[in-house]
Amino acid sequence: MSVLFALLYYTAAAVFAAGLAYKIHRYATVPAPLKIPTTPAPLTRTGVAFRLAREVGLFESLFRADKLLWALAVLFHLGLLLVALRHLRYVVEPLWFWIVWVQPFGVYGGLAMLAGLTGLLVRRFVIPRIRYITGPSDILMLLLLLGIGVSGFAMSAVARTDIVAVKQFFLGLMVADIRPLPADGFLLLHLFLVAVLAIVFPFSKLLHAPGVFFSPTRNQVDDARERRHVAAWARPLDQQR
Amino acid sequence: MAANYTIPALTEDPDLRETPELTPGAMGHLKPFVAAPAHQEALGFPGTLVDGWEEKAVARLGELLGKYRSLQVYLDACVKCGACTDKCHYFLGTGDPKNMPVARQDLLRSVYRRHFTPMGKMFPRLVGAKELDRAMLDDWYSYYHQCSQCRRCSVFCPYGIDTAEISMAARDIMDHIGLGQKYCNEIIGKVHKIGNNLGLPEPALADTLEGLEEDVKDDTGHDVRFPLDVEGADVLLVTPSADFFAEPHVDGLIGYAKVFHQAGVSWTLSSHASEAANFAMFIGSYEQMHIIANRIRQAAIDLKVKRIVFGECGHAWRVAYSFLNTLAGPWDFLDPKYPVPQHILEFTRDLIRNGGIRLDREANTGMTLTFHDSCNVARASRMGDFEGGQFVIPREVIKASVPKFVDMHPDTIHDKTFCCGGGGGLLTDDLIELRVKGAQPRVSALKQVVEREGVTHMAAICAICKSQFTKVLPSYGLDMEMVVSVHQLVSKAIRLGGND
Repeated sequence: MSVLFALLYYTAAAVFAAGLAYKIHRYATVPAPLKIPTTPAPLTRTGVAFRLAREVGLFESLFRADKLLWALAVLFHLGLLLVALRHLRYVVEPLWFWIVWVQPFGVYGGLAMLAGLTGLLVRRFVIPRIRYITGPSDILMLLLLLGIGVSGFAMSAVARTDIVAVKQFFLGLMVADIRPLPADGFLLLHLFLVAVLAIVFPFSKLLHAPGVFFSPTRNQVDDARERRHVAAWARPLDQQR
Repeated sequence: MAANYTIPALTEDPDLRETPELTPGAMGHLKPFVAAPAHQEALGFPGTLVDGWEEKAVARLGELLGKYRSLQVYLDACVKCGACTDKCHYFLGTGDPKNMPVARQDLLRSVYRRHFTPMGKMFPRLVGAKELDRAMLDDWYSYYHQCSQCRRCSVFCPYGIDTAEISMAARDIMDHIGLGQKYCNEIIGKVHKIGNNLGLPEPALADTLEGLEEDVKDDTGHDVRFPLDVEGADVLLVTPSADFFAEPHVDGLIGYAKVFHQAGVSWTLSSHASEAANFAMFIGSYEQMHIIANRIRQAAIDLKVKRIVFGECGHAWRVAYSFLNTLAGPWDFLDPKYPVPQHILEFTRDLIRNGGIRLDREANTGMTLTFHDSCNVARASRMGDFEGGQFVIPREVIKASVPKFVDMHPDTIHDKTFCCGGGGGLLTDDLIELRVKGAQPRVSALKQVVEREGVTHMAAICAICKSQFTKVLPSYGLDMEMVVSVHQLVSKAIRLGGND
């Protein structure tokens, strides 16, 4: 079982990293041939950095669009962030002081994440517009994340896992040493679902995470009258005029 | 003519706006006229639907994915959160779920997933991946011609996904397989052949302008000129061709002429570039847009002008402000003291501020104005040297020209403005049902200020908005003449004389 999960995690890490690198490379190299920021837009690069920071950190546009959805999205994403920080303790040794400090918040984060996900899932069934645009993969993605959260909590609430051994397993993976992984149901389920999440990440709507940084309507400076913005493929057209 | 469709009820209070019930297929019947082979071939597109269009469409999509980052990112990034679903005026006016921005995008996204993503190839049902078949193509033709590319959805999308980018790509693909839209493609052909959207040839234009000079002389006693093709003028004015004769557009043109006259700035129109609009943007064709934009460069060179000023036009200002430098620059042969191009409102506002012209509000006594932010000016361009100048500057000029100004509901102005319902290449009678229904959100907000604040007129700064409102307001029991050009107000208020 330990070997199986070791292989799974090596595969997941490789797919995640390579897939994401491919996509990010693609987003970075396909040109944006025209200036299309949604205005009013910042007039400087610094302004754009702040705009993106507000978009990523505060979900500014979503706040303007739909307050309930914004609240659920913040619950989920902020919760996930805290949970992720809490989980750093499994791969860092010795622990940094702030990882210790963040531990209790990680638990609240987990609860927030589950609450947010549940709200997002209910929304997909009860609001007719949202139901119309919802496909099977949208539901499955929420269920996958819920499964990760629930199996995670189950390890402390239902059947406790030897987390010291889990940490040894992951520290081992980083030095190519396969150490024993406790064969607990919830743990294996939890780890399996996380690996699935990592594998589908570069092939799914989770690409919104890198995508937002490459969105021309959000990341462009409003300076069209001051600077030309000719894409390489458009340059030959200028020769013809 | 009695309408054979239902005119939607107006929303009494935009604060309490309810989203319409979903009515699947409500607008599926509506398709604009298909471009004739002659209109297609004039632009280098196949005349009729080509053999093997399925593969050719997918191949073209592949090309566009490599040329437009927006398309590539936006087809991937959508999480179907639904933030956009109640933001499109066409959805609000029709209830057709395929007019929700995300559903409109999904018509293309499903084909993208089928052909360009591993998940779509392996598990098409799971991720909503679909083949491009005839039914899908029909949906594309219907619903990508029910998007006015107004970008309201992109304001609210957490990733800034802009349905305009998607509908432009879809129209480009359809053009490339021989299924173009008559209205846009015929007009682009006229611009190439004659110089403007309306197909107004140089002698007719010269006649019209001469007539305007006489009218203004009769009206005011002043010799206000409407110069055409005058070499060595300071300013080249590029304005939508509707300004040459349609109401209320032409009153705006008279306003520009009076401003130039009173400011003592020499100016000229060009018969070579007698059109500000660039309909190639609507069909997503960079190549066509490039050709049309470079008419303006050529006119500026030929007429040896120092500056370029654009008249009141929404999407024309988008192409001018956001794209002209890229498409037709650099402008190193023009006077570097001025931005290229300038908007006529920037020009007029500067003159008001520095005392170059004087306005008399009393001339417009009895008018209470509101202002319709044109979508492409509001969300795709700027005026002035500060963020949001496109909202401030037109209002400043209006307030200097009329005794009273009132804004419409805050959810319907500035960057949340609703499209007039006729933008993006949809201002054609074969889409009148869509145009009337799509105007519902804007007209609701207008009616509210008419009833509560005594608003008598609504100013607009876009030829499409002006034509569209003039046409559809009567369907909602409002007077078509309540739509005015901003420079029509300036024209009334400006004090002439002193420099004749």
